[in-house]
Order: sequence, then C-alpha cells, then structure tokens
Amino acid sequence: MRRIISVLMENEPGALSRVVGLFSQRGYNIDTLTVAPTDDLTLSRLTLTTHGSDQVIEQITKNLNKLIDVVKVIDLTDGAHVEREIMLVKVKANETQRAEINHCVDVFRGQIVDVNTDAYILQVVGSSDKNDAFIEAINYADILELVRSGVSGISRGEKVLKV
Amino acid sequence: MELLSGGEIVVRALKDAGVKYVWGYPGGAALHIYDALFQQKDVEHILVRHEQGAVHAADGHSRSTGDVGAVLVTSGPGATNAITGIATAYMDSIPMVVISGQVPRDKIGQDAFQETDMVGISRPIVKHSFLVMDASEIAVVIAKAFYIAKTGRPGPVIVDIPKDVTAPDHRVPYEYPEKIKIRSYHPTTRGHAGQVKRAVKTLLAAKRPVIYSGGGVILGDASAELTELTKLLNFPITNTLMGLGAFPGTDPQFLGMLGMHGTVEANNAMHEADVIFAVGARFDDRVTNTPSKFCPSAKIIHIDVDPTSISKTVAIDIPIVGVCSTVLRQMIEEIKASNDKTDKIALSDWWSKINDWRERHGIYTQPRHEPSSGNIIKPQDVIRSLYKTTNGDAFITSDVGQHQMFAAQYYLFDKPRRWINSGGLGTMGFGLPAAMGVQLAHPDAMVACVTGEGSIQMCIQELSTCLQYGFPIKIISLNNQALGMVRQWQDMQYSGRYSSSLYEDSLPDFVKLAESFGHIGMRVSNFDELDDKMAECFALKDRVVFMDINIDRNEHVYPMLIAPNGSMKDMKLSKTERT
Repeated sequence: MRRIISVLMENEPGALSRVVGLFSQRGYNIDTLTVAPTDDLTLSRLTLTTHGSDQVIEQITKNLNKLIDVVKVIDLTDGAHVEREIMLVKVKANETQRAEINHCVDVFRGQIVDVNTDAYILQVVGSSDKNDAFIEAINYADILELVRSGVSGISRGEKVLKV
Repeated sequence: MELLSGGEIVVRALKDAGVKYVWGYPGGAALHIYDALFQQKDVEHILVRHEQGAVHAADGHSRSTGDVGAVLVTSGPGATNAITGIATAYMDSIPMVVISGQVPRDKIGQDAFQETDMVGISRPIVKHSFLVMDASEIAVVIAKAFYIAKTGRPGPVIVDIPKDVTAPDHRVPYEYPEKIKIRSYHPTTRGHAGQVKRAVKTLLAAKRPVIYSGGGVILGDASAELTELTKLLNFPITNTLMGLGAFPGTDPQFLGMLGMHGTVEANNAMHEADVIFAVGARFDDRVTNTPSKFCPSAKIIHIDVDPTSISKTVAIDIPIVGVCSTVLRQMIEEIKASNDKTDKIALSDWWSKINDWRERHGIYTQPRHEPSSGNIIKPQDVIRSLYKTTNGDAFITSDVGQHQMFAAQYYLFDKPRRWINSGGLGTMGFGLPAAMGVQLAHPDAMVACVTGEGSIQMCIQELSTCLQYGFPIKIISLNNQALGMVRQWQDMQYSGRYSSSLYEDSLPDFVKLAESFGHIGMRVSNFDELDDKMAECFALKDRVVFMDINIDRNEHVYPMLIAPNGSMKDMKLSKTERT
C-alpha cells in the first residue's frame, strides 16, 4: 500500500544520505522524496512516499526512527492529512491546440506560467492522483517535458510534527 | 579555560571518556594526533600490524569487558583497512569509537593523496558517524560518539577528523561535556508495564516453554537476571552463538546452542514449544531456518533494546522494548508477585521429552562422532582437551568456520564475555587480534584463540604485535589443510568438488613461522600426545604458543539444519543420518 511518511531531522550534512542509504541498504522503495529546511533552520522536513506491506512499512518507520539524526517520524497515511505535489509540464501549444489546453488547465485549476510561440509551461498543484489524472487528460497534446516535485504532506487538525 | 590544539583535544577527550588503551596505526593525516599521544601517559597506544587488527582488538577488548573500544587510524587506506573490523563490530552490536584522520578541509573532494570518503564508505555499517570541521567541536563530538556507542543498542561510531583541524598551531579552549543530551536520541530502557504483565501471564501458563537468549543479554550485562528468572521458572534455555555464557553452559537446564549447528534438544524444543521467550536475540537466519516454518505452535515474547529487531523476520506476539537487565528484573518481580504459578505437571512432561531427545541424539550425553585414535585426531576432541586443560575457565576467541562451531559446541561457557567470536559478519581473521584485546584487558587470564590454518593466515601479522606488547595468547589451530566449512558444504552439496578449498601442500610450517615471530610453535599429530601438549602449552604462561594440530579433515560439523525449506527440527545428525 502507498504511504506518505514525514520525517523531521537535523539539518546537518550527511543526514539525507543516511535516510536514502537506509532505503537502498534494506531494499525498501522510495517513490518520491522532497526535503527542505523548516521554519526552525536547525531542522529539515523530509517527505517521502513509499509502498510495501504493513510489515515493511512498520520496519521503515522503525528504522527511520533509529537514525540518530532523525528527530520524529510520522506516517501521514495513518490519519487525515493534506498532500500536495507541484507539477510543471511543457507542452507543444500551436494555434489549434491552445483552446483545448486552456480548457484542460481550467478544469484542473492549473495555471499557464509561461507562453512561447509554440510551447506552454503548465503548472498543476494537487495530490499525486490528481496530477496523474492531469497527465492522462493532457495526453492528446505533445508533452515535451514533465517535472514533478514529489509529495509534501501535513496532518489535518491539531496534530503537529514539531520538536 | 585550558587552551589545547585539536590533536591534544582528541587525546584528552579519549582520556576523559575513560579510555586507557587505543589501538591503531599512524599515517599522514593522523600525525598531529600521534604527536599528542606521544607527549602524555594517560592513554596508551598499541601499534598493530594492520588496521583490521586494530579494530578487532578493540572489539575483543570491548566484548570481554563491556567498555567502549577505541581505535585510531589514518585516512584513505588506513580507514578502508578498518572497514571489515567496523562491519564485524556493527553486526554484533559492539560499542566502539573509531577515530580516522582525514585530508585537510580544503583538500576534501579533490581526490587528494590518501583521501577516501570515510563517512560515506562506513555509512551502512556504523551506528553513527561524525565529520569534525572545527577544533572547537572535537571534545563534544567525541563525548557524543562514546555516549551513542554504548547506549541503546550498542555499535561502532566513526569520528573523521581532517588533518588541519588537529594542527598544533591552532589552540582552542578545552572542555569535556559532563552530560550529553541529543534531542533526536532517547533509547528506551524500561519495559512497558502492561506488556511485562502480559508476558509473565503467558510464561506462567506455558506448557512447553523455551527461553531463547542471545548476545543482547551479554551486551546488556543481564546474565544474573536471566539466570535468576530461568531458575525461578525451571524452564529449559538455549543460547544463540552470540549468547553463549549468558546462562551457565554446564547447568542441567541448558540445552546447548540452537540453530544451524545447534543441538537436537535445543532445536526440537524450539520447534515444539508453545511459548518462546526471546531475550536479546534477533531471530537470525542461522537460527530460524525457514522463517515460515519457525516454531509453528508458539506464542513468541521478545525483549529487545532495538525496536527494529522486533517482528523483523518473525512476527512477535508480545514485544517488549527495553534494556534486557531492566526488563528481566521487572519480570522477576512480576512473577514473584503473581498469584499464578507454573504448570509443574506440564513442565515435568516437557522435561521428559527434552531429556529423551538428549539421550537419543544429544552431543553431551555421549560422543556422536568416531573416536580419535593414533594420527586421527577429531577436532571435537581438541576442544574437549582445551576445555579440560583450562578447567573451562579461559577466554576463548575464535575465527570462522568448522573450528568455531566445534568450539561453540564443546567448550561450555559458564560465564558471560568469555566466548568472543564474530557471529553476525562471520569474519575470518577475527580471532587473533580479538585475543590481543582480551589479553590486554585481562593480563593474568588464560586467553586462547581457536582457529584454523585458513583463518589464522588472514591476520597472522599480529603475531608480531603479540611479541612487542607481551600478549601470551595460546593459538589452538585446527589444521585440516582445507577450508573446512567450505569443504563440508562441497561434500554435501557439490558431490565433493573441492573448488578452491584445498591448500595442496602450500601451507607454511606453522611451528617455524611462530618461532620466526619470536614465539613457541608446537605440532600435534598423534592423539596420544594431545592432552600432554595442551598442558605444556598452557604451562608456558608468559609466551605465545602456536599449536598446529593436525586434525581429521573428513570430519563434518553436526547436527546441522537442513536448508533450504527446512524447519528447526529438520537436521542432519551425521553424514548418513537425519531426523
């Protein structure tokens, strides 16, 4: 099953390589990975999506917790949460295609962030599922390049991941 | 506040961390530290002959005492040579701090002379690592390294220090932190009270229980608690290879080692048990055989300090995370306070069954191998002779292979920290340097390294270290002129095709070799002289004695679990019999 795991860790050199190393060393999957400092600059927040059996996911969270640099770990998929991923898509956009592309972007509440003589850059923000659906929907156009940020996530309600 | 150079701080911090001996090998990037070592007397440096030996020696020192081992090596090849030793310590959770020199800060990443990314190379085989980029950080980092190494599940910690950080011309205030606090590191010590209650209830209701204890009991100094609890319950107990000595080996409640080369009574008891009580053991594949066939009717209770060890390979019914000694003490109190009692009738039936297995197949009720005679010396008899000669009271280190298994089976350890072997990684070459560490920590004790002519050659250079520092180790080399365990598998699974497992008359004369290192060599080729020579060897208290014992090369280690797809009750008992 797909899981979104959020990790709060020391913002120190080598910390990220320990997390990534853990996954390759133990044969776990990383589907997406994002990492950046938080409002507290001594901490980084890392969000990754992975998949595996419950037993594997349990081992992943326990092994993450075991890393000395890791302060806290939560599996966002255990509770209500918001997940977002930003996606940038460069598509061929000639006169005849533009109307249809505009329509599709509207439906997905995306934005056209760059316009060129025959190419658009589209930006879509949403869950990975929504972004997958957008790719499917825009498929009739020529996709020249596509980049996804990987998932970021946060729990709903009062629950917070903080020191 | 006192002003010290980085090099001086390294040495002073080691002293303040309680280190008396550091094992190592100098080189360019570590020279400032070595110069600081030279100018003081509190921390003694032992010069080995290869960095792997330094790490194994610090490891042996730690295993025999419980102290954190300390190692100092230079950058590049010094660091990479240490890697096998670090991996060995990591797999067996041995507390250790390895300080490695690094190229100067401005050279890092330039492919400088003797540069290697030590933090990167060692990452999967350390508990944690540090790269120290400023002299003012050294003391705190070393204090943290020792704290991390010895608390929770112990393990090796690397401190990589660029050369210019230790330079003598840059002095900074020195202060060793009194207390270490790391906000992201809080190992659990006490077991969850509710889980302890559940575990005790399950234990007291058991009809066919087995206690299965491992290296965690020894690392956590919990032998006294384990023994008390086992006696209190009158349960059968088995130890893993790493756990031998945690419960007295000569006690009638002890079933012997379990697993790959465990006894029939231990493996059968595990398979038929209704409750397994695992303490500081990690359900290693050498124990469980096929995990899906492991202990089919057992409820499993598991105490471990490391949550990741729980339900890693085998699903656990009642997990308890905590330090073994603390949790066992909680359980003893709970048992004493409980109104429930053990089922004496069921236990008595269970013991009859176990004793029947012992009578029929046990290696301690009668010899299960052909007897030695004349120039046929059976390896099992060498270990028996060693046991007799040392009254079962020596520190035994071992290398890896058949000799290791024979030693584990036939030398019965009554005390913890006496059996020193590389269980997890299975590192040939471990035995001799580990024995140096043990001997340094216990100068008056008998220390023997049980080895083979294959393993001993992997770190044989340390014979020179033994002479320099006067470590009177007794080397009991079981020479079968072959890589015994490899050959055994080739006999069993490859129709006797001995692919690269034979030495074909290329072996050195070990007696002369020992003599050339300034030690005493002895050859034993006849069974009749074995006991006398063994006694002679241990009578030479102040000398290293290398016993080159020509054993029967056709002997296999039994019992042996049948893999793949076997359970714990599927064992080969000899070349022709199985369960």
